[in-house]
Amino acid sequence: MSNTNAKYRKVAYYPGCALEGTGHAYNVSTVALGRKLGLEVEEVPNWNCCGAMEVKNIDPKVQTYLSSRVLAIAAHEMKAATVMAPCNGCYHNLKKAEHDLAHDPASRETVERIARKAGDEPYRAGEVETIHALDWIKHGVGEEELRRRVKKSLAGLRVANYYGCMYTRPRHIFPEKDQGPGSESTLKPHFMDDLLAAAGAVNVDFPLKTACCGGAHTLSDSDISTKLVLNILRAAEAAGADVIATECPTCHSGLEMHQARAEKVLGQKTKVVMLYFTQLLGIALGLSPRSIGNHENASEALERLQEKALA
Amino acid sequence: MPIHERSLIRPENLKTHEKLVMDGVDVSGHWSTFIEPRVVTDYNEALEEQIAALPGGEFIHRCWQCGSCTNACTVNAVNPDFNPRFWIYLVRIGLESELLRDKDIIWQCVSCHKCTYACPRDVVPEGIMKAIAHWLELQGHVPKSRSTLFDEEFTRQVVETGKIEDGRMIRNFFAATAQPLRQDWLVAMATRVARRFPVMLGIKMGLAALFRPRTRGWQRHQAAIEEYLGEQDAKRRKALGIGETQ
Repeated sequence: MSNTNAKYRKVAYYPGCALEGTGHAYNVSTVALGRKLGLEVEEVPNWNCCGAMEVKNIDPKVQTYLSSRVLAIAAHEMKAATVMAPCNGCYHNLKKAEHDLAHDPASRETVERIARKAGDEPYRAGEVETIHALDWIKHGVGEEELRRRVKKSLAGLRVANYYGCMYTRPRHIFPEKDQGPGSESTLKPHFMDDLLAAAGAVNVDFPLKTACCGGAHTLSDSDISTKLVLNILRAAEAAGADVIATECPTCHSGLEMHQARAEKVLGQKTKVVMLYFTQLLGIALGLSPRSIGNHENASEALERLQEKALA
Repeated sequence: MPIHERSLIRPENLKTHEKLVMDGVDVSGHWSTFIEPRVVTDYNEALEEQIAALPGGEFIHRCWQCGSCTNACTVNAVNPDFNPRFWIYLVRIGLESELLRDKDIIWQCVSCHKCTYACPRDVVPEGIMKAIAHWLELQGHVPKSRSTLFDEEFTRQVVETGKIEDGRMIRNFFAATAQPLRQDWLVAMATRVARRFPVMLGIKMGLAALFRPRTRGWQRHQAAIEEYLGEQDAKRRKALGIGETQ
């Protein structure tokens, strides 16, 4: 798995709704990082929402349809082999659609019915491969190349890698994970750790890598979300982290929002800051803070990078 | 180590008497506490079938009560009364009245999928939490939860335009739940973001509020999805033996 893989160097890019709103910095930094690394990124034209968790709660098969339409555009219009989604929610949903279409005849039937009614060719399982932005850098570039291209080492930056829920759970929709050396682990994911270590960062021993931030109810049940986020922030601080590296816009903005809320409502102040892993890698490769959307971070991320002489 | 989930004896069923003599025997005080017997006669034999008819509840019959879901649960760690294993048990034996005691917290599942990950029988407990929450609302036992109001607003936007827009989502959700937008922490959050907020992004978001982002040619998809959702809603109501949409 160490040699770079051609099919990951040219991908259909599916940003999703969050990356056009609260997760805009993730969008900017992902595109800037790809460009810097010479990866080809072409946005899926005229995409729609993947259905997120909300549509799934109303009707899971409609969510499967919505996700499958994105896959269909990538497969039929773009003739792409790989779809890359940086958002955990989108990534999870595309993977889930792929799994359901391969294994559940009722899902297949519903997707075909809605697609045909809308005048589209329905997506069939196996036409494209869905990957996360982490797979994209890990397999398309790899640690060795990354290490060679580092301009400003992240040495001295202590990082807690936070993956959240949707990147690894439930296991059955990620058949390529847990396949031994070189593959991602669903219990102890390490792709982000590997990439940031290659950029020189010190990864702290962080026990809450896959804990839940309560993102599903970030606004509808804020008290529970604040408690869950505070746990994560405290654990990162206890592990000695300066920064929490994130790879999901919902987790990232959830941590930022509830850090502010914990301070206001519970009087609990935490100092750790949040940065997308694409922002951290961008800094290491010599990109300016502005070009990776640093000014859009709500926590004191820019100040922290300046303290460490990285910005 | 066994998990101590709950006491089977509820405080309100314990009877202690300061002074009580029965057949000449003094049974005052707590040494001879009485426990009121509870005879259950109000089983809802259709309950499991009804939950199984709602999305997410399909695999409830597979459960063999190992408790892995509750042991793995994120919300259970915050509130010990949140107990998926117990609710699945109550649904399967039809103990509706007992289930209703927890009707106000079942919607709080955060869909972290730890239960689904841990379950050795592929029950998908996360789906069952959603099915029970829907069932409670459809049967009129609880008003729509904030979570449901959020899901409905979100789904409405996606079905109408193919996309959602964060600003509109937040505004409409706070209006639907009658919460003021001017909350200390929201203001603090907005201030944090505004510190070095780029003008261009501000303009872009302003435009998004005026001209909703939408997927081109979405009307055909909207019609196809709405037709399907209508059919599904009717099917579910029929399975639960209830009338037309509100």
